[in-house]
Amino acid sequence: MNFQDIIFYTFSAILIASSLGVITFRNPVYSALLLVLAFVSCAGLWLLLEAEFLAIALVLVYVGAVMVLFLFVVMMLDINLDRLREGFWKWFPFGALIALVMIGEMAMVLMGKHFGLEEMPIPKGQSADYNNTRELGRLIYTEYAYAFELAAVLLLVAMVTAIALTLRHREDKKSVNPSDQVKVKKEDRLRIISMPSAKKE
Amino acid sequence: MDFIQQQFIMLLGTQWGSMLFSLVTNVFFIIVIIVPLLLGVAYLTFAERKIIAYMQIRVGPNRVTFFGIPWLRGWGQPIADAVKAIMKEIVIPTGANKFLFILAPVLTIMPALAAWAVVPFSPELILADINAGLLYILAMTSMGIYGIIIAGWASNSKYAFLGAMRSAAQVVSYELAMGFALVCVLMMSKSLNLGDIVSGQQGDSFLNWYLIPLFPMFLVYLISGVAETNRAPFDVAEGESEIVAGFHVDYSGMAFTVFFLAEYANMILVATLTSIMFLGGWLPPIDIAPLNLIPGIVWLLSKIAFILFFFLWFRATFPRYRYDQIMRLGWKIFIPITLVWIVVLGLIMQLPESVRDLPPLNIWF
Repeated sequence: MNFQDIIFYTFSAILIASSLGVITFRNPVYSALLLVLAFVSCAGLWLLLEAEFLAIALVLVYVGAVMVLFLFVVMMLDINLDRLREGFWKWFPFGALIALVMIGEMAMVLMGKHFGLEEMPIPKGQSADYNNTRELGRLIYTEYAYAFELAAVLLLVAMVTAIALTLRHREDKKSVNPSDQVKVKKEDRLRIISMPSAKKE
Repeated sequence: MDFIQQQFIMLLGTQWGSMLFSLVTNVFFIIVIIVPLLLGVAYLTFAERKIIAYMQIRVGPNRVTFFGIPWLRGWGQPIADAVKAIMKEIVIPTGANKFLFILAPVLTIMPALAAWAVVPFSPELILADINAGLLYILAMTSMGIYGIIIAGWASNSKYAFLGAMRSAAQVVSYELAMGFALVCVLMMSKSLNLGDIVSGQQGDSFLNWYLIPLFPMFLVYLISGVAETNRAPFDVAEGESEIVAGFHVDYSGMAFTVFFLAEYANMILVATLTSIMFLGGWLPPIDIAPLNLIPGIVWLLSKIAFILFFFLWFRATFPRYRYDQIMRLGWKIFIPITLVWIVVLGLIMQLPESVRDLPPLNIWF
């Protein structure tokens, strides 16, 4: 057991413990925060695999943006746990079925030899000047350009849809239009009238 | 250094000895970076009070001195403030979530300090010379928001919660503009390594710095940096006239001071990154005899101080933004500007070689 193994087992232990916490804690805010911890320790494991771009992208995208919005929503909503637990036994068989399928898939991956699958060799360590980000960029923009563009368009469509669904113009809203404010002239707002001074009684 | 490494290897064996040696040396270098940084933070608060005082025709702190030396009056103020903060009681409100309440300030200052690992102070002086330095910085600064959100929620107070929500929305919006501005920088330098980004700006004079071809991006980055650190005029997360003190309204003593430290450490970090990415880092403004003999770290520190002065100047000059205007500036002005500039930059980089060799394009491309 060397130094790297210790780091690996530490990160793995944190990852498993925090993932268990995500589904067992009753307070949704705790669950969301533990999911953040799970992401961070997962990023640590990816760094050990020399996938630094993926590891940092995981922290940047999921920890830095997605989970912030998650927490935002979880903290704003007053989640009623009793109502969530109502349909537990009704949906339990369905959930158990999905869990079984996932366990089967995981087992097939982990015990590849017994299922007649080719086992991937352990990737070779790369030299110090090997740049993960550059290689990934080269692959995405040359070999997988169309797949990448498709995924990007899909995301764009989802984004436009989300905005279009929530955008509505309300008549009673009292917001001001900044460009109207900038364009306004003195004559529009101010009226100078000449008024004879009144004599003091 | 080699001698100490030999001792470690002799005592603990090849593998464990060299591992422990690198651990010890890294901890040592971390202390070498963090201690001056925290001193810088302390004296930045002093500089802020003095500079804003002079801008408002006041004197500022001018009492506390060291050993009664008259011309050092005021310079003891940050030390006195620190001692006062340590002495104060940390009040934890009833109904607050104790664990998260204490964790929040820690989570705020952690990324502000961790980001310094990849900052190059001179060509040799860098703790971790990793090839994804810029991404690492982005990832670290994006984690700073958690402290604020958790502080707002754990305080169990409406004012704190409102401040945290405002801050979360603001930071997430400005991070996008900031990221796009950095995309321009890495398109110019073709590297994510901060040292390479500075080397890419090497040349005869300051005309080679990315400040000039990326001037709009410099403005976007600086203003987004002010917004990211929740400084005036973007300090609606604190907004003392509306929500008392925002997310840290319930904090006192050292717990409050840690938030305060994190804000100023983040300011120094943004100033450092701005000087590294747009103002040529350790490079002198003109590469001639008296200027290029000054060590690079002096140039870097003076550039950082210059940018920090802007932060203080903004605070003394501008009134606070209204919240919808902050969002409008981030989403409707900065993001379109940065996206257009990325396209323009890409087009220039794809111009034929003969066109790119014409002045002034040959300076940068």
